[in-house]
Amino acid sequence: MESTTNNEITLTIDGRAVTVPAGTTILQAAREAGIEIPVICYHEATTSNGLCRTCVVEVEGARVLAASCVAQAAQNMVVHTRSERVLRSRRTILEMLSSAVDLSEAPEIQQMIEDYGADTQRFPAAQKREFALLDDNPMYVRDYSKCVLCWRCVQVCAEDAQYTYALSYNGRGFNTMISTFFNEPLPATTCVFCGQCVGVCPTNALKPRREWLLEQGKTPEEIIALTPKERRRRPQ
Amino acid sequence: MSNFDLSPLQEQLQSMQTQGRSALLPALHAAQEIYGYIPEAVAQEIGRSLGVPLADVHGVIEFYSLFYSAPPGQAVVHICTDIACALRGSEQVLETVCRHLGIREGGTSADGAFTVQRAPCLGLCEHAPAALVGKSAAGEINSHAVEDLLAGKLPAPRAIVGGTQRRLTKNCGKGRPTTLAEYLEGGGYAGLRRALSLSPGAVIDAVKDSGLVGRGGAAFPTGVKWEGAAQAPGEPKYVVCNADESEPGTFKDRVLMEDDPHLTLEGMIIAGYAIGAPKGYIYVRGEYLQSYKTLGDAVAEAEAAGYLGKNILGSGFDFEIELRLGAGAYICGEETALFESIEGKRGFPRLKPPFPTTSGLFGKPTVINNVETLCNIPFILAEGPEAFRRAGTEKSPGTKLFCLSGDVKSPGVYEVPFGVSLRYLLDDLAGGMRSGSPLQTVLVGGAAGAFATPDQLDVEMSFEGLKSAGLPLGSGVVLAIDQTHDLRQVLLNLARFFAHESCGKCYPCQLGTQRQFEILGRVAAGEAQSEDVARLSDVGWTMGDASICGLGQTAATATLSAIRLWPEMFGAS
Ligand SMILES: Cc1cc2nc3c(=O)[nH]c(=O)nc-3n(C[C@H](O)[C@H](O)[C@H](O)COP(=O)(O)O)c2cc1C
Ligand code: SF4
Ligand code: SF4
Ligand code: FES
Repeated sequence: MESTTNNEITLTIDGRAVTVPAGTTILQAAREAGIEIPVICYHEATTSNGLCRTCVVEVEGARVLAASCVAQAAQNMVVHTRSERVLRSRRTILEMLSSAVDLSEAPEIQQMIEDYGADTQRFPAAQKREFALLDDNPMYVRDYSKCVLCWRCVQVCAEDAQYTYALSYNGRGFNTMISTFFNEPLPATTCVFCGQCVGVCPTNALKPRREWLLEQGKTPEEIIALTPKERRRRPQ
Repeated sequence: MSNFDLSPLQEQLQSMQTQGRSALLPALHAAQEIYGYIPEAVAQEIGRSLGVPLADVHGVIEFYSLFYSAPPGQAVVHICTDIACALRGSEQVLETVCRHLGIREGGTSADGAFTVQRAPCLGLCEHAPAALVGKSAAGEINSHAVEDLLAGKLPAPRAIVGGTQRRLTKNCGKGRPTTLAEYLEGGGYAGLRRALSLSPGAVIDAVKDSGLVGRGGAAFPTGVKWEGAAQAPGEPKYVVCNADESEPGTFKDRVLMEDDPHLTLEGMIIAGYAIGAPKGYIYVRGEYLQSYKTLGDAVAEAEAAGYLGKNILGSGFDFEIELRLGAGAYICGEETALFESIEGKRGFPRLKPPFPTTSGLFGKPTVINNVETLCNIPFILAEGPEAFRRAGTEKSPGTKLFCLSGDVKSPGVYEVPFGVSLRYLLDDLAGGMRSGSPLQTVLVGGAAGAFATPDQLDVEMSFEGLKSAGLPLGSGVVLAIDQTHDLRQVLLNLARFFAHESCGKCYPCQLGTQRQFEILGRVAAGEAQSEDVARLSDVGWTMGDASICGLGQTAATATLSAIRLWPEMFGAS
């Protein structure tokens, strides 16, 4: 971070003048002014990639909306966080997301759906992203039908935290799924079971195995019996 | 642990190691040459050798549709089913070929000889319907026997070039590449000589004075771009030639590269000199194997003759060119996704800013230009900006290569000065409609384009003329559609392309291209619901407003244009 104390800028957000250090994102500037902007992929601990676009805002004079989590505030910028265009985009993104992904264990996104009046049934006969649950290690299960592709798990596994590089992607576009090298079971990968990915997953797509087994109605004794003592690791 | 002989691969990997991750796509191509696909053990070896995490190697293989992690047939038959080919019956050909082999689309014949796949636009639209059989391109495949197609007996499609002012295409249309000797005879490399006699700043001034605007779709002034990169701090700088040409209906860059490869090279060398770059890359789409080969031969010729390499023509300027081959991803034509691809990553577009001129390839100041843009440069230097401006309009100087295809009599690449009318292109150059059926509409600009109606044929084909008519110039696509076609099928076809090619990075496009495709499927089947226009509009506006890159931002342009022009077409039935 550069020193910014003597380098401040003033912009207008929803009619309010806000002064922030140069380099501040519009999202942070809005928060400073007490204006909440919804986010899905954004997380303090991971690099922002501007994926979900629920944080979009309208900047006067710009051709398209700006993702406030990555767009920097600028001097004299005039920002609207709840214009017609912004609301239409947010609502439609949420509607499309609920038509594709199981959001039943994503309370924050559910709240957003309510706040923006998004109709979860807006897209009838829409293809969902459905995958079989992966239970291949003693620590956590992976249910990618609940995955919103926020990339947080991939990032904490790589340069954002762990430098383990166990996770990547299958496919592209709508048919993307988080995966391991050639879909190997996690114990056969570089995964060190640090659990950081589980910690940042916003939708419970990644869930501690114990919690999942309890939900399946297993007793703690049964769970102990079901947990292998050794992890199979591939010799490097 | 593997039963693959890794030694032939290891030999090749050795020479790639110094490039590290950036050699990932070349290494995967090399592996696929050897093994026919990329088995897990091979991917592992590549990752280890280049220092790329295995998961990332996997992610890259998965991103590009021409990399296979399971063995396909000995030859993959890619049958183009995108718009120009679809209008000429490619779906039926696909069906016939599959029936002939006793397989389904995507399947492999029992003897393991052929895998048949539906392909996105192959850039052979003037020869529609087209295919790629193994490494050989084939055109007009509906007028040949399936046996001949599969046996590779079809003649290589030959560029069809016409127009009224042959500046860029003067050496094109011979049915073979122009050799260095022929190129020189026609005044080739005179632009480079002239450039080297000037200061780099003076070269940039000449390009600025010419008013040249980029031909890759974004219509950015070329001289301004060069100046930006020249002035940006950071070394080394790079010149990148965008030869990923994959916009449905576009095939002009293929013609320029296959028929006159030195023109592109000369443009790049001049760009390198102007911005002070020691190296350039040409990123050729994975399906353009002929262009790739022709350019490779031309680079060797130019090196041998002193036009490339150290101390070019005694000027003290050094410049080298490396070719890169894509692997089946339209998005890699987006400039920052293209950089990622050269760097050995999935082709995800980057967030902007920063822009390529300050932080492009490997994070260095980079000029990236379209093939056609670069092909204008030698003329500007050799003849001067005023001569350049003698063609075209005030705001759109120069000539333009238009790609005419669809239901016209003579499809092809036509070079004309900016400012001619759409009618002139369709009737006078392309010979009007091919059958008795009159014109229904013209798709202008590509899959990301919009529809022109028959009463708009007097529109002036220039940036400003098209803009005032609400049409994008895009990559120069002019695709005529007669009244025998159902436009709902056309829209569905375009939507399928975008759903297939979205990289998936941002939600609006990742989800929106799929939803648009599904709804248009309903519309095309005559099963539209009363809410579908509202759904398409919301999806379209959201993609346009909130997507990261140009793909998502324009993926609904054609749909929204059709909703405006023909609302009744979307009526619930
Ligand atoms: C999805 C997408 C695909 C693109 N494909 C190409 C392409 O195949 N060739 C090309 O030159 N530009 C393509 N572009 C435009 C490039 O991003 C870039 O603007 C262009 O290469 C700049 O060159 P120019 O200034 O010479 O036009 C594409 C853009 C997008 C958003
Ligand atoms: S698994 Fe969870 S953390 Fe990983 S991309 Fe999906 S939603 Fe995000
Ligand atoms: S708009 Fe589409 S292609 Fe572009 S970054 Fe977003 S998902 Fe990828
Ligand atoms: S929070 Fe900004 S794009 Fe997701």
